Amino acid sequence: MIISIASGKGGTGKTTISVNMALALGAGVELLDCDVEEPNAHLFLKPKIERSEKVEVPIPLVDLDKCTFCKKCSDICRFNALAVVGKQVLVFQELCHSCGGCMAVCPEGAITETGRELGFLNFGARDGIGFINGRLRVGEAMSPPLIKQVRAAANPQRITIIDAPPGTSCPVIAAMSGADFILMVTEPTPFGLHDLKLAVEAVRLLGIPCGLVINRADIGDRKVFDYAEKENLPILLTIPFDRRIAEAYSRGKNIVEEFPEWRQRFTELFRKIEVIITERGGAAHA
Amino acid sequence: MREIVIISGKGGTGKTSLTAAFAALAKNSVLCDADVDAADLHLLMQPVIQQMADFMGGSKALINPDLCTSCGTCIDLCRFGAISEQFQVNAIRCEGCGVCVDFCPEAAIGFPVQRCGEWYISDTRFGPMVHARLGIAEENSGKLVSLVRKEARQLAEKRGADMIITDGPPGIGCPVIASIGGATALVIVVEPTVSGIHDMERVVDLAAHFKVPGMVCVNKFDLNVEMTEAIEKLAIRRNIAVLGRVVFDPAFTRSMVEGKTLFEYGEPTATRQQVLDIWTQIIKSPSMNTLGIVDLKSTIQ
Ligand code: SF4
Ligand code: SF4
Ligand code: SF4
Ligand code: SF4
Repeated sequence: MIISIASGKGGTGKTTISVNMALALGAGVELLDCDVEEPNAHLFLKPKIERSEKVEVPIPLVDLDKCTFCKKCSDICRFNALAVVGKQVLVFQELCHSCGGCMAVCPEGAITETGRELGFLNFGARDGIGFINGRLRVGEAMSPPLIKQVRAAANPQRITIIDAPPGTSCPVIAAMSGADFILMVTEPTPFGLHDLKLAVEAVRLLGIPCGLVINRADIGDRKVFDYAEKENLPILLTIPFDRRIAEAYSRGKNIVEEFPEWRQRFTELFRKIEVIITERGGAAHA
Repeated sequence: MREIVIISGKGGTGKTSLTAAFAALAKNSVLCDADVDAADLHLLMQPVIQQMADFMGGSKALINPDLCTSCGTCIDLCRFGAISEQFQVNAIRCEGCGVCVDFCPEAAIGFPVQRCGEWYISDTRFGPMVHARLGIAEENSGKLVSLVRKEARQLAEKRGADMIITDGPPGIGCPVIASIGGATALVIVVEPTVSGIHDMERVVDLAAHFKVPGMVCVNKFDLNVEMTEAIEKLAIRRNIAVLGRVVFDPAFTRSMVEGKTLFEYGEPTATRQQVLDIWTQIIKSPSMNTLGIVDLKSTIQ
């Protein structure tokens, strides 16, 4: 079962919900931090990192001895990542989308592939909770291929909880597609509502069931609640604003550990999600 | 043209609320919302759209079933798993590389350009604003960010503005890279949490990588004063100017609910003074006045 935790707007508490749900469920779940630009979940789960793996994407390597400078490679490249200038073939690594087109088109077989470092995958665990995160290299623009690698490394036998990046564009789609359920975390403010609407559109495009967590539920106004009702989005958990929670968070402390009464609520949150998935015909994965 | 870009690494630090407050303080500036993926600045600025244009991003493959002979070449070549066994292209997965288009022996694959969003030039009560809306699930956000920044620059030059104030996107990936290249200075808004400081370090690394000077201010500093001090120490160590601190103040949320900036909501408060002091620091900073002469005085109302 894959549950992806998302939110249009950043800073609504995605990571808090992901980590606390993982902690409440305990051994047997796996938490994937797919916010590879700014991974934070490890700061709260505090897993022991057991190993790291470098992630690369293929980019072309041109053998100038074989090259006839026919320009077929630069013509096919839609991303302006190749230029044939005189007796040189320039590869602009950071623009390459690794589509393999240049290699396929080269009539001389002059192109092979080498790697460009995207970032790292880190694997760890805490109290039987599996943990994987991706860390995008600073200066690297393309996060979706790294997010796909984090997803690919997950253990399909376990309940997977994904901490997704904010927004509604390609990185979020990479973190949500193929999930059994998407839990949206929002706050009842005009920014929260506006970005939630965009995120719901994205989820509907993917055709995945979703529900809401409303964080800091008593700040702002009632418009998020009205929207949820109108759109038939179940509100699965509300968390009031509590300065103690905010302060605990600032020190890297978790709600279920500091305020034990919350453990039950996070387990219930998961049960409600399970019921919705079962009603929809069950999880596509174990 | 001077441009300050307000970013935060982590979302939800109050970046957009502060950008709006700065906009209320600046007299002769152009506003630019470069957070095209989840643009919120317009909710406080209520822009009146003067001009609107489509944003055409990349192309996507489209197979014409009448011409397709099901040879399978396209499926073999597509590295993004975007073509189904029934020879249909999944538009969300298609990366727009065009490899299938070029290799299809029957020329059965079209490659129509996609409309990926729209962008606007608007008037607001604080001056002109350039903003955009990226379509849902779209790629090319970096390209759209570059476009709105370019338009904001042209507009600022045309109108003789003193500077551009840009609300940047969260993260450190493609849209952020597109939003900081060539900026005069970055204002990094951090909240005093373990994740806030962690994300700030990554943004500071990014600023250093692209050689854009950074300045930092801590929002909601009283939630964790020790962490605030740690952030300021880190900033100094990394050669980042410390602009000041803003208290945790529910007035930010309340003014947001009313669609106002902090300076238009309620009575003057200590929070306002803190924000004003930070803005003054920004205007007077060496990064904004490279010749050593503070010539931006006129931009404080
Ligand atoms: S397609 Fe091959 S031979 Fe032609 S310019 Fe490119 S690398 Fe050289
Ligand atoms: S792999 Fe694709 S994107 Fe990269 S250089 Fe070759 S054609 Fe261009
Ligand atoms: S390559 Fe062209 S003809 Fe062959 S299956 Fe694909 S679309 Fe059809
Ligand atoms: S354009 Fe590229 S990504 Fe899209 S379907 Fe064709 S080969 Fe796949």
